Amino acid sequence: MSAPSPEQAAGTQLERWGSDSDNLLQMLIGVQAALGHIPEAAIRRFEAALGVGRARIEGLIGFYAFLHHRPRGRFDIRVADNIIERMRGSRELAEALAGRLGCPPGETRVDGRLSLGYTPCIGMSDQAPALLVNGYAIPAVEHARLEQVVALVEANTPLADWPPELFEVALNIQRKDLLLEAAVEDGAALAALKASGADALMQVLEASGLRGRGGAGFGLARKWGFCRQAPAEAKRRVVVCNADEGEPGTFKDRVLMQDPQQAARMFEGMTLCAGMVGADSGFLYLRGEYRNLLEPLERELQRRRDAGLLGKNIAGIAGFDFDIAIHLGAGAYICGEESALIESLEGKRGNPRDRPPFPVTRGYLGRPTVVNNVETFIAAALVAVQGADWHRARGTEHSAGTKILSVSGDCARPGIYEYPFGVTLQQILDDCGAADTQAVQIAGAAGRTIPPDEFQRRVAFEDLGTAGSFMIFDQSRDLLEMVRNFNDFFVHESCGFCTPCRVGTTLMQKTLAKVSRGHAAPMDLDTLRRIGELMRRTSHCGLGATAPLSVLDTLDKFPALYRDRLSDRGFVPGFDLDAALSEARAASGRDDPRAHLEGDGV
Amino acid sequence: MIEHFSLDGKRIPFQPGQTIMDAAMQAGEYIPHLCHNPEFRPRGSCRLCVVRANGRSVAACTSPAREGLEVESDTPDIQADRRSLLQMLFVEGNHLCPACEKSGNCQLQAVAYYCGMLAPDFTHLYPVRELDGSHPDFVLDFNRCILCELCVRASRDADAKGVFGISGRGIGAHLIVNAPSGKLGDTDFDPHDRAAQVCPVGAILPKHKGYDVPIGRRIYDRKPVSLVGDVADHQEDMS
Repeated sequence: MSAPSPEQAAGTQLERWGSDSDNLLQMLIGVQAALGHIPEAAIRRFEAALGVGRARIEGLIGFYAFLHHRPRGRFDIRVADNIIERMRGSRELAEALAGRLGCPPGETRVDGRLSLGYTPCIGMSDQAPALLVNGYAIPAVEHARLEQVVALVEANTPLADWPPELFEVALNIQRKDLLLEAAVEDGAALAALKASGADALMQVLEASGLRGRGGAGFGLARKWGFCRQAPAEAKRRVVVCNADEGEPGTFKDRVLMQDPQQAARMFEGMTLCAGMVGADSGFLYLRGEYRNLLEPLERELQRRRDAGLLGKNIAGIAGFDFDIAIHLGAGAYICGEESALIESLEGKRGNPRDRPPFPVTRGYLGRPTVVNNVETFIAAALVAVQGADWHRARGTEHSAGTKILSVSGDCARPGIYEYPFGVTLQQILDDCGAADTQAVQIAGAAGRTIPPDEFQRRVAFEDLGTAGSFMIFDQSRDLLEMVRNFNDFFVHESCGFCTPCRVGTTLMQKTLAKVSRGHAAPMDLDTLRRIGELMRRTSHCGLGATAPLSVLDTLDKFPALYRDRLSDRGFVPGFDLDAALSEARAASGRDDPRAHLEGDGV
Repeated sequence: MIEHFSLDGKRIPFQPGQTIMDAAMQAGEYIPHLCHNPEFRPRGSCRLCVVRANGRSVAACTSPAREGLEVESDTPDIQADRRSLLQMLFVEGNHLCPACEKSGNCQLQAVAYYCGMLAPDFTHLYPVRELDGSHPDFVLDFNRCILCELCVRASRDADAKGVFGISGRGIGAHLIVNAPSGKLGDTDFDPHDRAAQVCPVGAILPKHKGYDVPIGRRIYDRKPVSLVGDVADHQEDMS
């Protein structure tokens, strides 16, 4: 089958998504998938059909890491390169692929067969190393699989014909509690809505103490209540499920969506929310890295429409009309931030908005919008059926219920663990078979670095809040490599909107490299702290405010990481003076010892 | 009824709907800023106007004023943060004040003087950026762009042309021109556009003249930015 022309590819997307420029990002993702890039002719077609300036289109292509103006290889391979994947050999994997396929990381092979590169965490930390081929994840790429991938690429086998077992992803559910054990029938939450009404269910939610599972822990009944009370044209409110699970080291939403029963509950939770707040449209914002979940989730939506659980007069409630569309992300961590996510849903660059106004009053297209994540909607659907006491039976006073954790790194049994809130880090470490642990990184790259003398701390909103990432590092690891990996991640993922995050992440990267090389002086550590604290205070959004945490935490709690690498000199320049003279040496044709500075600088 | 908040101990009146910045400007109180211009929707990206309001750090240009709010702006620690932000803007681009035609009329330079920034401190990034001389009347010097998006907003909202946009992300975010060639000369950009008059730095420079007013007698050479205000309001002083 030959590839469509750029005009055809753009035309297909216009047919699929209509002439509404709010769907521009989805159309660009479609063209990228069809052609491997977004050619000039497609851009012109969209400009004409949607009446948008090309700067907006270019701005999107430049913002989203999975969109490209220049052609990528037929097989676009991205090796996941979070620190956990690094520990499991992601760099060696990429080098091996590069060697076997004759294509260095960061490049496209001259014959256009493949592009090779790195990408942040793809939600496979429990089965690393893993990679994406044209957006589809292949986990556990050990030796035999590597050979298999090389052979398929060299044979030019269309991706659709690759063996399906390559794309099979294990669930690795290690511990179940309330959510994962609940046996509740499909449609039960909507039946409860019909039986009790929205007001009564709002009270149940309130009494249950359910708080959002995305990390911030905002009370669910409050959030839904705000949206419900926000003035809106009749039932024109919006429900959004945030499935942009981009925090490095987390993968529990992927597992939940992989499980058909949980995916059904997630959609039911969204529908329940719509019925309670008065919404007519819903979106699932699915991160591009979870592309392989798109078709199963679309099928589940269709099944729900056929069963009367979506569409018109849902569950037999007259006038309850609601449907859900799935939008894909395209490689931008910031779109997990709710207001950036809404910008992205509107087909824009994912810059976080100013708040207030909050999405519950002005969200998608200015309409009151509830944004919750996958786990939260599942919990809400269950609470509506099982009741407040069922939920209150687990957890602590301020953190009712359970939390699903994604455990990865140095332990015997990585995977999904559901615990009542209030569980200690030590308990989790014992259960997953971690030994000789040096540090736990909780809540992802944006989270906290916890040393052993704090392992009695608890997972709870009142102590250590988390969206679910739990990365374990034993004594053999160099934590500075972790810090640098996280910082590199934020350099890659900063949206660039505000000064402290845009510039601060890069300045930190340079300073951390200096520490790593053994060239840093004490004043460089002061600089790290100064930049980090500035970012905490002045950044526009949570990304910038949390990006420096691992640096600041390790400066405080693991000072030897830095101290032991300091240069004994008071000041070392940020650049290599001798290397700076190389142009002069080339111009004068000299390379003798006297044309070099002694040592490595002043 | 007029409501009030306090700014560094001064009572500032405001109308409902005004931001802290709006009310401060109206009262003649200066809060350092670069991406803000009251003509356009506030953006809150340069972060220079971050103040402490009831103990919380917020951007003055996007935060609504509230009755009884206690706002701190001119304190040693907030000014130190502003110096760091300014230093970041200086090392991020290529800002060579002594050789820049905008020197003395440059708001970045003026705010840096006002905040007491003496040196860039951080490691210079020395990005490789281009000049666009394709337009008959203007030079675009990307070396000096600080991504305030005033030209983007002015061209879109005041001129209804949409000449500018932003692409890339993170440290790679950059100003782009809305033309297939990416060149300003291939747009309908015009000297009378509002977008031609709002750049706080020397990124959008008029051609055919230079140093008409000698350095030393320019806007911010005569008075500090806290008294003179935004460069966008002093276009006549630059010609």
